[in-house]
Amino acid sequence: MANTMEAVLEPPNYITATHGLKSWLLTRDHKRIALLYLIGVTFFFALGSMFAALVRLELLTPAGDVLEAETYNKVFTLHGLIMVFFFLIPAVPAVLGNFLVPIMIGAKDLAFPRINLLSWYIYMVGGLFTLIVIVLGGVDTGWTFYAPYSTAASNTHVVLTGVGVFITGFSSILTGLNFIVTIHTMRAPGMTWFRLPLFIWSHYATALVMILGTPVIAITVLLVAAERALHLGIFDPRLGGDPVLFQHLFWFYSHPAVYIMILPAMGVISELVAAFSRKAVFGYAFVAFASLAIAVIGFLVWGHHMFVSSQSVYAGLVFSLLSFVVAVPSAVKVFNWTATMYKGSISYQAPIMYVFGFMGLFLVGGLTGLFLAAVGLDVHVHDTYFVVAHFHYIMVGGAIMGFQGGLHYWWPKIFGRMYSEGWAKLAALVIFVGFNLTFFPQFILGYLGMPRRYYAYPDEFQVLNIMSTAGASILAIGYLIPAIYFTYSLFFGEKASANPWGAKGLEWTIPSPPPTENFEETPVVTEPPYNYAPEPEVQLG
Amino acid sequence: MADGSHAHDAHHPALQHHFDSLEQQFDASVLGMWAFLVTEVLFFGGLFMAYIIYRTWYPLAFAEGSHHLDITLGAFNTGVLIASSLTMALAVYAGQQASRTWQILFLGLTLALGLVFLGVKAIEYAEKFHDHLIPGAGFLWEGEAPAQQVQIFYSLYFAMTGLHALHMVVGAGMLVWLMAMSARGRFTREWSTPLEIGGLYWHFVDIVWIFLFPLLYLLGRH
Repeated sequence: MANTMEAVLEPPNYITATHGLKSWLLTRDHKRIALLYLIGVTFFFALGSMFAALVRLELLTPAGDVLEAETYNKVFTLHGLIMVFFFLIPAVPAVLGNFLVPIMIGAKDLAFPRINLLSWYIYMVGGLFTLIVIVLGGVDTGWTFYAPYSTAASNTHVVLTGVGVFITGFSSILTGLNFIVTIHTMRAPGMTWFRLPLFIWSHYATALVMILGTPVIAITVLLVAAERALHLGIFDPRLGGDPVLFQHLFWFYSHPAVYIMILPAMGVISELVAAFSRKAVFGYAFVAFASLAIAVIGFLVWGHHMFVSSQSVYAGLVFSLLSFVVAVPSAVKVFNWTATMYKGSISYQAPIMYVFGFMGLFLVGGLTGLFLAAVGLDVHVHDTYFVVAHFHYIMVGGAIMGFQGGLHYWWPKIFGRMYSEGWAKLAALVIFVGFNLTFFPQFILGYLGMPRRYYAYPDEFQVLNIMSTAGASILAIGYLIPAIYFTYSLFFGEKASANPWGAKGLEWTIPSPPPTENFEETPVVTEPPYNYAPEPEVQLG
Repeated sequence: MADGSHAHDAHHPALQHHFDSLEQQFDASVLGMWAFLVTEVLFFGGLFMAYIIYRTWYPLAFAEGSHHLDITLGAFNTGVLIASSLTMALAVYAGQQASRTWQILFLGLTLALGLVFLGVKAIEYAEKFHDHLIPGAGFLWEGEAPAQQVQIFYSLYFAMTGLHALHMVVGAGMLVWLMAMSARGRFTREWSTPLEIGGLYWHFVDIVWIFLFPLLYLLGRH
């Protein structure tokens, strides 16, 4: 009875429109597919975190006591593999992007809804391969599959893992393709390119990297598999091949892949900064073009992973210079976000806590990236914990902070429920503290010379390693708290209004949660994005 | 015809709910296929990169290895594929003219030419197998160039032509599907998008071969 009453009172939304497992597994609604992805990435995040916990547990003491050396190799390989390919790459674009790209441009769905669903199934099949690999005994090459470890030395399940990565790559390609076509052809009347939210610009840039970079890793992994299975001698020096060619092809994708992870998070930050400062993003066009600049220049910096891999010194210098250049558009964004907040009317709600976290941690991660791009300094810290700390500041401190900020900001839109503001702020603080305690000591460890990927280390590194492991425990609590209050909010959270933040953007003009078709009538856009200026006075008056 | 009478109806049966018009849907489909072909270029790009590097390093081995490829069969296959591109273009034109008979005829011809190509390719592979030129433990080479380097040439030969042949197989499946759609009268003057984007795919696969043939077969024959 109560259910029927509710159904009468409220028009159906995309969650209540149809029922049953089949209606979810065969859905073509981009919003439902986003939720399917949310389940997938959450699962793989939890799995990857468990492997991270094992790594930190082993490194608590200098001796190798918890895990055997070979098990440790498998554990850090699976941590990297799962986090990179099954969490970080799909997290923001496939969950928040899938949900928001059509709505933000005033469209009913992505251009190819069936391909969108297909991409989720491909992602899950790729993930299944990885789970099978774990059950069968794992893989120990490092997530980078460097030849000749992967082609000759390793006797673990490299081919199966490679097939999993190859398959998952296609889900990324299809998502990128869908975004590009949707943004080009399905914008609502009046939604010109320079009225697009910056979230869309950053997803467009991400999509470009996805479709241009991912095929190269696909063919590379395929060649590794062919080399192991069919003895095609492309990378194996025993067969006359060149392992450095593998590194070139691998990093030609895998460096831009870093931008697949960080660009969408930057898009989230742009939206949040504007919404909670009640101001248009400072220098809109610069922030928009900075995304494209990062996507383009990001393809020209891969050699900075290979300063000590027999690459020519002159190539190294050029790659070093280009790596400095790619930092410029990232810095433009950080400066512009800061300028947006300047004299803004900032409301300190939970989502912007993650923005603050992002800006601080991304700054540290970005600046230490410049250390690593400097040829001379890189020789000293190459393959040490300095590198590990650097990319975790970008990946966890940047990408995950952005993802979490976005999740908090759009949660009311996605599920139509509010979460506990107090707990959300506390979680943001715990994550920030735990994160810094985990990873800042690793900068020092690396600078002092502790190499990555070893399960034992000299006694003098123990204090810093204990700090890092203690921080990881705090970080874990920081990630568990949102899991609890988000789940709680689904059932008991206060109902969210259409626009609980008083934010601009088409997604806030429709009900929370949105109806299946998003818009009853195609919206006509007449104003620039982030048109906040006159509103607060009207409301105050 | 039933479809013809609905020519300017907003609710064309092929119009999906999330598009406003057939034009918008057509633009999206074509752009999607072009974007997909861009990923294909990058996909093959990794192999071409490897080819460039090893050919620069081992020019003698590549020239000698290339002499053992059957230039006659390769040239014949090139002709077959160029002809299939013509028939595919005609099938697309027949789609725009809504002529079902011609669509099926030209799609069928394209399919037949594609199968001829794959058959010839199979004969070539069998010859290589017979001559012990398959990379791996059974690889035998008695020329002047080091066997190991020639093996890399053959590794690339099989990787590149094999991947290309796989694309041909996918293309053949696509042609059968297009013929089935055509037979059911799905293509009208207003809407023949699958034919258009199928044509794009087929031409792309042909163009890859246009690069593979000189790089692999004509190397060192000047």
